Amino acid sequence: MNKKALSAPYLFWSALFIIVPLCMVFYYGLTDKSGAFTLQNILAIARAEHAKALWQALLLSLGSTVLCLLLAYPLAMILCSMRTRQHSFLVLIFILPMWMNFLLRTFAWLTLLEKTGVVNNVLSFLGLPPLNIINTPSAIVLGMVYNFLPFMVLPIYNTLAKIDQNVIAAARDLGANGVQTFLRITLPLSVPGVISGITMVFVPALTTFVISTILGGSKILLIGNVIEQEFTQTGNWHLGSGLSIVLMMFIILNMVVSAVTDKDGEVNAL
Amino acid sequence: MKKALVNLVNISKSYDGQLVLDDLNLYIRENEFLTLLGPSGCGKTTTLRILGGFERPDRGQVFFEDQDITELPPNKRQLNTVFQKYALFTHMNIAENIAFGLKIKNKSKAYIDDKIKYALKLVNLDGYEKRMPDSLSGGQQQRIAIARAIVNEPKLLLLDEPLGALDLKLRQDMQYELIRLKNELGITFIYVTHDQEEALTMSDTIVVMNQGYIQQIGTPESIYNEPENAFVADFIGDSNIIGATMIQDRLVEILGARFACVDEGFGINKPVDVVIRPEDVELVSPGEGTISGTVTHVIFKGVHYEMEVMAAGFEWLVHSTKMFAPGTAVDIKVDPFNIQIMNKPESEDEEAVGVNE
Repeated sequence: MNKKALSAPYLFWSALFIIVPLCMVFYYGLTDKSGAFTLQNILAIARAEHAKALWQALLLSLGSTVLCLLLAYPLAMILCSMRTRQHSFLVLIFILPMWMNFLLRTFAWLTLLEKTGVVNNVLSFLGLPPLNIINTPSAIVLGMVYNFLPFMVLPIYNTLAKIDQNVIAAARDLGANGVQTFLRITLPLSVPGVISGITMVFVPALTTFVISTILGGSKILLIGNVIEQEFTQTGNWHLGSGLSIVLMMFIILNMVVSAVTDKDGEVNAL
Repeated sequence: MKKALVNLVNISKSYDGQLVLDDLNLYIRENEFLTLLGPSGCGKTTTLRILGGFERPDRGQVFFEDQDITELPPNKRQLNTVFQKYALFTHMNIAENIAFGLKIKNKSKAYIDDKIKYALKLVNLDGYEKRMPDSLSGGQQQRIAIARAIVNEPKLLLLDEPLGALDLKLRQDMQYELIRLKNELGITFIYVTHDQEEALTMSDTIVVMNQGYIQQIGTPESIYNEPENAFVADFIGDSNIIGATMIQDRLVEILGARFACVDEGFGINKPVDVVIRPEDVELVSPGEGTISGTVTHVIFKGVHYEMEVMAAGFEWLVHSTKMFAPGTAVDIKVDPFNIQIMNKPESEDEEAVGVNE
């Protein structure tokens, strides 16, 4: 009884800040201005500008996730092969930018990439053609990869670090060369880390509106931007909530897929 | 004499400036069950890892069937290892674990299936093909690790304290199992352990190691009965190790009393160490033995009584089926052939040199 009582503040907190807002999203999403039940707000996703924003967001977040994975896996492997002293220094370097505010970090990229920004100044000084990626999908992907990379590195690093070195040695002993050992042992054993890394990058990337606002100008609208505008500019909470519910479905789908593949990965990954 | 399968020549290895193996020479014959025995940090596991290809010696060469394999990576060596904590592939079932080495070698499916069946039968785990490693007990996992290694038909099987994580009863069962396996397969086993009883039970040859040096090589009987130095005597079983003086051939003075012995060639009035096993110390009535003393402690050990006898300023450890109560005055008697004379080491280096000769 006493132990249960200790969880009361947490339960209160979750009820107030998770359950109640969620209920409100569902209430607004499923009603019209008069308060009558309707599916119009959810079906509004089919409207061309909304569908395009969702498609754009899916595309960019998938691209960022793949890029993160390709960068993070080798990084995690390098981290694992380090000796303890160098290794904690490197982990620190990885985590250090995360202590800085997310907005500041993204604005930093804006100043770097601007038409007259640092990167282009350096390029023109070197007599090279300017880089025009600000306000393009590339800039948004860059921002997503930069911001979310640690969330991919850390889970993969954790699973890799947990692999018993004797298991690797056993594979080598049984005749597997380096590549075979990686493909048949290291990679399958790290699948849980990869899956949780994908979830941790894909979900925030799909829903972001800050990165696309700052690095995409107003030219590229992602679903996150559309929802944000419905709440802050148009003031149509019903439509904003309806679209949020649709987005939530995609996130839940992603989590279900990762839960299922994870189970598969544990049982028969070869 | 059977021919040498493996030959280690002048192997040295150090980690961070710490010498682990110093100029080690060892040859291993075909079909031998050879045990590397010693306390932790003696270099036995490093020796095994150099054989397996997981470590490269700083100096020296490893020969396998007269081929120099020092630079060969583990996957190119015709030997397999059974690791201390099994090291099974947890994401594969038992059949896939056993098939791993054969799949790498592109063997046919029929061949692999036959081999899996055969190996599981050999380790008494028929029907376990579809089980996952995590659902098996420690002893079963270890047997799968052995099965996984032997399906590759290695000429040499390396075992790194494979029974260390098992409980006593299981360990004893597995000892017999390993001896049976070795005889059925007819391959060479190199076994690493710090457990002297395990080594005595299973081995054809025991290599006692300490601080990177081989202390003694011999059959279990010779290691136990004729230890060459105080370390070996102390490490293998209980013993009374006493400083003594070799008066002349076949006569030694221990704690002021003269004992007949069978050793010759140590010189005259030479200081030596003698080792007398507790079961070789006879307790007799006062006046019938060589040294007089008093029983101080008695512990019942099941098979025998363990007694401590204070005699001539030394506490003798005695194993006997006959009990003498504490306080009893007794005499100590030792048969000449039960007194083992050893050279006194003057330094660690000399101890090692003396053994290498």
